[in-house]
Amino acid sequence: MDRDADLRVTDFKEVDLGLSREEAVAEAKRCIQCKKPKCISGCPVGIDIPAFIRAIADEKFQDAVDIIKKDNMLPAVCGRVCPQETQCQGVCVLGIKDTPIAIGQLERFVADIERKKGAKCPKCAPATGKKIAVVGSGPAGLACAAELARRGHSVTIFESLHEAGGVLMYGIPAFRMPKDIVQYEINQVKKLGVEIKTNHIVGRSVSVQELLSYSAVFLGTGAGLPYFMGIQGENLPGVYSANEFLTRVNLMGANKFPENDTPVKVGKKVVVVGGGNVAMDAARVARRMGAEVTLMYRRGEADMPARLDEVRHAKEEGVFFMTATNPIAILGENNAVSGVKAVKMELGTPGDDGRCSFYPVEGSEFAVEADVVIEAIGQGPNPLLLRMLPELTRNRNGSVAVNCLGETSIEKVYAGGDVATGAATVILAMGTAKEAAVAIDKKLRT
Amino acid sequence: MGNYTIVQARALSEAVFEMWIHAPQVARHAKAGQFCIIHADGAGERVPLTISATKGDDIRIAFMAVGTTTKLLATLKTGDELRDVAGPLGMPSDIAEGSETVIIVGGGVGVACTPILAQAAKDAGNYVIGIIGARNRDLLIFEDDMRAICDELYVTTDDGSYGIKGFASGPLKDLCESGRKIDKVWIIGPGMMMKVTSEVTRPFGIKTYVSLNPVMVDGTGMCGSCRVTVGGEMKFACVDGPEFDAHEVDWNDLMTRQRMYLSEEKQSMEYREEHHECRCRKVE
Repeated sequence: MDRDADLRVTDFKEVDLGLSREEAVAEAKRCIQCKKPKCISGCPVGIDIPAFIRAIADEKFQDAVDIIKKDNMLPAVCGRVCPQETQCQGVCVLGIKDTPIAIGQLERFVADIERKKGAKCPKCAPATGKKIAVVGSGPAGLACAAELARRGHSVTIFESLHEAGGVLMYGIPAFRMPKDIVQYEINQVKKLGVEIKTNHIVGRSVSVQELLSYSAVFLGTGAGLPYFMGIQGENLPGVYSANEFLTRVNLMGANKFPENDTPVKVGKKVVVVGGGNVAMDAARVARRMGAEVTLMYRRGEADMPARLDEVRHAKEEGVFFMTATNPIAILGENNAVSGVKAVKMELGTPGDDGRCSFYPVEGSEFAVEADVVIEAIGQGPNPLLLRMLPELTRNRNGSVAVNCLGETSIEKVYAGGDVATGAATVILAMGTAKEAAVAIDKKLRT
Repeated sequence: MGNYTIVQARALSEAVFEMWIHAPQVARHAKAGQFCIIHADGAGERVPLTISATKGDDIRIAFMAVGTTTKLLATLKTGDELRDVAGPLGMPSDIAEGSETVIIVGGGVGVACTPILAQAAKDAGNYVIGIIGARNRDLLIFEDDMRAICDELYVTTDDGSYGIKGFASGPLKDLCESGRKIDKVWIIGPGMMMKVTSEVTRPFGIKTYVSLNPVMVDGTGMCGSCRVTVGGEMKFACVDGPEFDAHEVDWNDLMTRQRMYLSEEKQSMEYREEHHECRCRKVE
C-alpha cells in the first residue's frame, strides 16, 4: 500500500496508495457486522461504519459514500488523517484476537472512487433564511458549515489566509494529504451553498460588530499560535516553529524555490523537537528536502502522541529518533544555528494517563550538530480574534470555554475544534464542530 | 472592478513606487500603523507592507524595489490585478485624543508610513511635527502630503541636496533639546535608522515608538517568523506590533533575523532575471 521509502523520500507525492478494489471488498467482507457496533461510538462524528462497510462488501460503492457523507463531508481527508487506531479501529472487536478492519482505508477507498467519477451533491433542507458566520475554513469550520448548509441555513466562512482548508492546506504535507483532494472536498462543501471568503481576517477586515450581526457565529479558528520552548538561541536564523516551516513548504511551495519566491532553510542537518503528528510532518518534509533529520523527544517512543503510521513512516524514511532527550539550548555561530545542546531524560513509571513521567539526568548534557532547528512542541489558540472578544470566557490553557452544545459565554457565539479543545486531531475538531452545528440549528428553529 | 485591482501605479523616484489598490475590506477598516499582506501571484511571497493612506475602498502602499517581490510589484501597471491583499493587520498606532505634541519621523521609504499616522494624530487634536529624510532629493517621498498635514515639517537629506543637510535625527535632537513639551515620538524607517534615531529621545525619557518590519509569512500570528525581542520578551510583530517601544527593542536580534534570507534573495532575483517572461499577471 505504501510506496517504497527510498523512492517516496525524493518527492512530495502521496505515500500511501490505498487499497485496490479487490483488497477493499475482501477487507469489507472480514467485518462481522456486530449487532452492537463499537466502531460507531469510536468515531467522533458517528459515521454508520458497519453500514458503509456492508455496502463495500456488496460492491455498492456509491451507497457507501452516501452513508459516510450523512455524517462527514470530508471522507477522503478523514480516511487519510484520522488516528483510526485510537478511534474506530481501536475498538473494533476483530482487533482483540486479530487485526481490526482497516476502516480508514475503506473510507478513503470509496471517497477516492467517488471523486474520480465526480461526486453528486447531497441535498439540502429547504432554506431557513438564517445567516450564519463561520470563522476559519479548517476542519472545524468546514464541518460546521457543511452541517448547517445541509440543514438549510445560509453560511459564510471567513478565512484569513489566501486558500481555504486551514491546517489541511498549510500544516499537513501533500505526501500525506494531497492538496487537490483537499480542494475537491472543499468544493463539495461549497456546492452545498457555503460561501468562503478568503483574505478576510475577522476582527480586522471583518469587524466584531459585523460578525455579531449574523444569526449565529461559529469560531473554528484552530490552534494556530506556535509555542516556543523558551530556551537560549531560539531567535537565531535557522530556528523555525513547525507552523512556519510547514506553511512555507505546504502553502507557499518553498520546496520549489526559486521557482516559487518563498524560501525555506533546510541545510544538511535538521533537528526537529516534538513527538506529535506535526513533528513527524516537519521531519518528513525536511527529509524530502535532502536533510539528515534527528527527531528529539523528551519522553519515550510509546508516549509519542503521533499516529502510529506517522511514526512508522518517519522511521522508514530515515528520520533518526532520539527519545528521552530534551533540548536545553540552541547553539549558534556567525548568526546561524550550529547545533543543539540537549540533556538525557530519565523516564519514570507511567502515570494515570499512561504516559511516563520524566526528569533530566544530571551531567548528561551533550550537543548535536544542526543547521536548522524546527520546534513542534504544540500550539495555542490564535490571539487575534480572541482579543477582539474580551468577554469570551477562556479555559486555563487559553482555549475558548464551551459547554456540551458548543456555546461560549457570548450569546449566539459557538466554538469548536482546536480553539475550544486545545490542539487535537482533524476528526475531533470536526466532531465538536458538528455538535455545535446541530445545537445552532436547534436554537435557530425554536 | 475586481478585488485587488491596481487603481493607480506610479514611480515616485527611480527606486520607490506608489500603488493604489482596490481592497474594500482593508480600506474600510485600516487605521494608522497597520499593514497589509500582499501576495502578487500564485508563485509569489506574502509580504507585509504598511498601509500608507486610504481613500474610499482603496489603499495606498509604497515600496522600494530591492527584492524579488518589490521588483515584481514595480513592473505592474494600473489595471493589473494582485492575487491577494489581506488586512488591515497589526495593532493601530497608540494615538491619544487631545492636545499632545507628537513628532513623526520618517526615513527613506519609511516616509511612506508617515502621512496616515500624521493625519490620524492631527484628527485626534494633536500638534503634529513631521521630520522626513532621504539620502538625496530624488529619493524623498510624500513631502507634499506631509506638508499639508503637519503643523511643522522638517526635511533632511543626507547629502544636503534639499532641506537640512544630515540625518532626520538632527532636527529631532534640536526639538528635544529646545525644551518644548514633546509627548510622543514615532520613528519609521530602516532598522539601523530607527535604532540610531531612537537613541536621541532616550535621555529625554520621551515615549518613542518604532514600526518593526521583520520577515513575515501569514501576518496573523500563526507562524512566529516575525518574532522579535522587546523588553526581554518574545513578541510577534504581526499581532503584538508592528509598533513597539523603541527603547525596549533588541535591535541586533531584529536585524540579524531580517538578514536571514539574504543569500536566498540573491538567488531568487537571479532566477527571476532569467525567467521574467514567464510571469504574466494581466487580468484574464
